[in-house]
Amino acid sequence: MEIPYIVEERPDTGFNNATLGIWLFLASEIMLFGALFSSYILLRTSASQWPSGASDLNIPLATLNTFILVFSSIAVVFAWASTKEGNLAKFKKWMGIALLCGLGFLVVKSIEYKLEFIHHRFPSTNTFLALYFTMTGIHAMHIMGGLIVNSYLWGPGCKMFKEDLSHFSHRVEIAGIYWHFVDLLWLIFLFPVLYLL
Amino acid sequence: MLHAHDHHDLPFWRRYIFSTDHKIIGLQYGITAWIFLLLGFCMMLLMRWQLAYPGQPLPGIGSWFGEDHMPGGVMLPEFYNQLGAMHGTIMVFLGIVPLVVGAFGNYIVPLQIGAPDMAFPKLNMASYWSYFTGGVVMLASFFLPGGSASSGWTSYPPLSVIAPIGQTAWIIGMVFLITSSLLGAVNFIVTIFQLRASGMTWMRLPFFVWAQLVTAFLLLLAFPPLEAAAVMQLMDRVFHTSFFMPAGLIVSGQHMPYTGGGSVLLWQHLFWFLAHPEVYVLILPAMGIVTEIIANNIRKPIWGLKSMVYSIIVLGFLSFIVWAHHMYLTNMGTAISSFFQITTMMISIPSVIILTCLFISLWGGSIRFNVPMLFALAFLPMFGIGGLTGLPLGLASPDIHLHDTYYVIGHFHYVVAPGTIFALFAGVYYWFPKITGRKMNEFLGHLHFWPSLVCMNLIFFPMLIQGLAGVSRRLYDGGASYAHAQPVLYLNQVMSIAAFIMAAAQIFFIVNLFWSMFKGKRVTSDNPWDATTLEWATPTPPGHGNFVHPVEVYRGPYEYSVPGAPKDFSPQFEK
Repeated sequence: MEIPYIVEERPDTGFNNATLGIWLFLASEIMLFGALFSSYILLRTSASQWPSGASDLNIPLATLNTFILVFSSIAVVFAWASTKEGNLAKFKKWMGIALLCGLGFLVVKSIEYKLEFIHHRFPSTNTFLALYFTMTGIHAMHIMGGLIVNSYLWGPGCKMFKEDLSHFSHRVEIAGIYWHFVDLLWLIFLFPVLYLL
Repeated sequence: MLHAHDHHDLPFWRRYIFSTDHKIIGLQYGITAWIFLLLGFCMMLLMRWQLAYPGQPLPGIGSWFGEDHMPGGVMLPEFYNQLGAMHGTIMVFLGIVPLVVGAFGNYIVPLQIGAPDMAFPKLNMASYWSYFTGGVVMLASFFLPGGSASSGWTSYPPLSVIAPIGQTAWIIGMVFLITSSLLGAVNFIVTIFQLRASGMTWMRLPFFVWAQLVTAFLLLLAFPPLEAAAVMQLMDRVFHTSFFMPAGLIVSGQHMPYTGGGSVLLWQHLFWFLAHPEVYVLILPAMGIVTEIIANNIRKPIWGLKSMVYSIIVLGFLSFIVWAHHMYLTNMGTAISSFFQITTMMISIPSVIILTCLFISLWGGSIRFNVPMLFALAFLPMFGIGGLTGLPLGLASPDIHLHDTYYVIGHFHYVVAPGTIFALFAGVYYWFPKITGRKMNEFLGHLHFWPSLVCMNLIFFPMLIQGLAGVSRRLYDGGASYAHAQPVLYLNQVMSIAAFIMAAAQIFFIVNLFWSMFKGKRVTSDNPWDATTLEWATPTPPGHGNFVHPVEVYRGPYEYSVPGAPKDFSPQFEK
């Protein structure tokens, strides 16, 4: 027996399986980062002094990274739209751009880390930097996870484009929801909290 | 009897090792977790020897553990600490949770809702193998220099941060286990929402499925904060950050390389934010199993099923806002203590509703006292004792006296050991015929049940007495060197001898399991217990895809002895 509701929605719940699954997964991700941000609040409020992100971190590079991620999110939306149009070449182009953006983010991030290390600022230096490295490190691992999924869809996984386009389009949508979440996490939470506050 | 098509086209390793069939994965979980449960139990037996006869060499097997752990058969304090930490970790994270959720949930939930499999079979497989890897990492940590983790299953810093390398293995193992339960939780929720058979409305779901649904939400939302905490502790240990560390810490005359600014209470908050919902992860599916078996053996509907369903949902919500009742002694302030006292008292209400409904259900039933029912019936008073002994701990002022004493150990073991583990035994005896096509032996079952019931009480009730006398829970000599423990010291031997007898009683279970698998009485129908839920509509054992015909659900889960019906049970799948 086939598992039902892989692509079509179940009428009474209004979901298909993977859409519900990815939102549940994101709920758990919110709890993960929620715990990290709660720790940030608790440690910061109990600290006698707190270094500012502006003095310890590189805001221009982080701003560049913010734009890179926003652009990659847009590219993923275009990639998904191309599957709806049934245009494989266009899908490859946009998903490729999204992948390059993700890689670019990691490159810029590692340059940032390198700059910190050059100035002898390590996770052990103070609690602010400990939080900075831990939170951005976990976020970077989420970016890597997204890159693995997206590059599968861009590479070997796109065989399905010709075989079962609606299923493939659905997969791109699910990967896109995750990618938007990872981007938003940076855009709305990590970047303002760590660099600007 | 119905026969499903077996999938003989898959090679052996795809069918039985890297299987995506929820039943095979359920069995994999079950076998692995029972082995872990036995291991955790054996660790406790070693500790019980030391507690009853401190400093005396363990006869016979004492020399097997080597000079590093038990020189001349006498247990070293370090080894005792390792066993304590790993007993807790293994029992909770590698034994009970994988059994109630991974094994019973995986095998039974898709069958009870009329689904062909779990919603994400490959994730299900990944979940098992992640669990397996986590378990191997945990066990392998015993062979690291300095041994395994030894800071208790709670891993409180700063001790855990400065502990030997085994603690790092504990953290890495936990990350695998958390990943496993996350994948499982998503899978269970989606399966229950999406794959219910036609006609299976929410109030027609068996209570076991409700319990699994609430449990899956707890796993989904409570585990990630522990993952965050584990990563922070890993950073503290490996990169010498100070998330949980104070400044100027000096250990054995050496200045520790921590700049400070951290908070040890942060760990406790994050840990208990997981670990209190975790307690409900341990008990809710057990309540589900017990409800199934009681409904089947009283031959009448469960009294107040709807209020039980609402109660279990409320339990799930409330379990997220009671965690700091583990932390009354941390000087967090009376206002916060009051808040958590109130929520803790509130959470006892839905638990009592569920237990009361089950008790009232027994009234006027023509009860069949088979082995699964005996275990299910024993669950009720045992869980009752476990729950009621928790009330004094939930109030801040008695907790001042009882905190960290054997009373706490007695309390939660009453919930988990004669509570959850009895429910697990009940579940094995009850669903064994569906899995193997044979019933387990009743006589061996009685030989297993009665000594287990007596010994459970002889082990855990004295703990309550010792705890009231003020004996601390983490003493290597069981309190022998403390004046206030002397009047209750003799209980250590009572508990240990009871534990050894209980270990012997488990042999009947193990023998029964294997004997019945090959020689047990064959069942003559697919529904040997005359039950009403959907798992009994499948062939025995269920083949790939579970149901031979598409199932349709016509009624609620426990319609026994319906007036005017031809039989005393009206299955959900029969019109």
